[in-house]
Amino acid sequence: MNIDAIKNGIVIDHIAAGKGMELYHLLGLDNLDCSVAIIKNVNSRKMGKKDIIKIDAAIDVDMDILGYVDPDATINIIRDGKRVEKRKINLPEMLTNVIFCKNPRCITATEQELPHVFKLADREKRVYRCIYCDTNAK
Amino acid sequence: MRSLINILDLSTDELDELIAVAMDIINNPAKYSEACKGKKLATLFFEPSTRTRLSFEAAMYELGGNVLSVAGADTSSAAKGESVADTAKVISCYADIIAMRHSKEGAPLVAAMNATVPVINAGDGGHNHPTQTLADLLTIYREKGRLGNMTVGLCGDLKFGRTVHSLIAALSRYEGISFVLISPEELKLPEYVENDIIVKNGIDYTVTSDLTEAMRKLDILYMTRVQRERFFNEEDYLRLKDSYILTPEKLENAKESLSILHPLPRVNEISVAIDNDPRACYFKQVLNGKFMRMALILKLLGIKL
Repeated sequence: MNIDAIKNGIVIDHIAAGKGMELYHLLGLDNLDCSVAIIKNVNSRKMGKKDIIKIDAAIDVDMDILGYVDPDATINIIRDGKRVEKRKINLPEMLTNVIFCKNPRCITATEQELPHVFKLADREKRVYRCIYCDTNAK
Repeated sequence: MRSLINILDLSTDELDELIAVAMDIINNPAKYSEACKGKKLATLFFEPSTRTRLSFEAAMYELGGNVLSVAGADTSSAAKGESVADTAKVISCYADIIAMRHSKEGAPLVAAMNATVPVINAGDGGHNHPTQTLADLLTIYREKGRLGNMTVGLCGDLKFGRTVHSLIAALSRYEGISFVLISPEELKLPEYVENDIIVKNGIDYTVTSDLTEAMRKLDILYMTRVQRERFFNEEDYLRLKDSYILTPEKLENAKESLSILHPLPRVNEISVAIDNDPRACYFKQVLNGKFMRMALILKLLGIKL
């Protein structure tokens, strides 16, 4: 399967197989006018299978969303057809309006304009908790 | 500018300092009688409460300050749909400090993020109630002379009982604490409290549904009410409300030195026959709450005597 190399843009590599589509939607890539390729279930020596996303434009990717969905993915910045930078992703300390509190007793349930903010409570288990009501993100 | 939203906002050194100030207030009330002269406390209670609101108001009056009061969401601008953030900004223009109770979890945090004066969480739904914990801690300190090295039994509604969550969080930071969690299956302690506070801190604890069996080990017994307003379903409330009633018979195996605490109001979970038992501390707790609220108001307003 051939997918054109990109000239100026971003390649998100080493995405856990199956998470490519979730990232595509959460990062809002469906709203872009440029070419975007999601390549699923690519053979990988390290991972067995992986997903890759190629974006043919130098956009700002929301690192918090990326870190939350898959902190093991990598970002490659491509300029003039060459990789000029490789960024590692970390699990973000805070997430704002990425996940939403489902607790009906939380203040965010009645005050719709409040941002839904979650704080990393346990890095090892990747647990996020609502800053208002302490409910764990599902 | 400091607020108090969660009991863990205060370090153990700060808790010790508050207890020291409260003890000084108890011993020298005249010294504090004008400490807050010219200052105003706004009590914003969007959920029914008698004792906590009156305790805050009594605390401020005894410090020589004044009180602005809103009692109930139906009499406030919240009924017109004003947000908590806006209410906090507006009240900051009138008062020097705010005490807020709200049925929604996290509402006092939203207020604190938007107010320009200190905000005290006076209870947010089933979540936190840090000033009740201050009352509990002063009571334990005055009864036992220490806050560590004891077995604390918590009985009743451990799921929605916000005072239980705050007390566990506070006591978990002291040496030699062990907990006995006594509740029906439906009202067990939430996972985030059990795992993140008790388990994470390596604290010794047992879970049981048998109050009588647990009794002999306890130095402190913290009873709670199974609250009607915490249930979505009336049937569940009626089935569980009488599960854990403390009677003189159940105290037969208890230590002579046991202290029985309850955040009040009591419905029937402690028999009135126990009120005259020297181990009953729940009415002393009410008074201790006022002293700790006085100490807290002074701290948050930055007043030192």
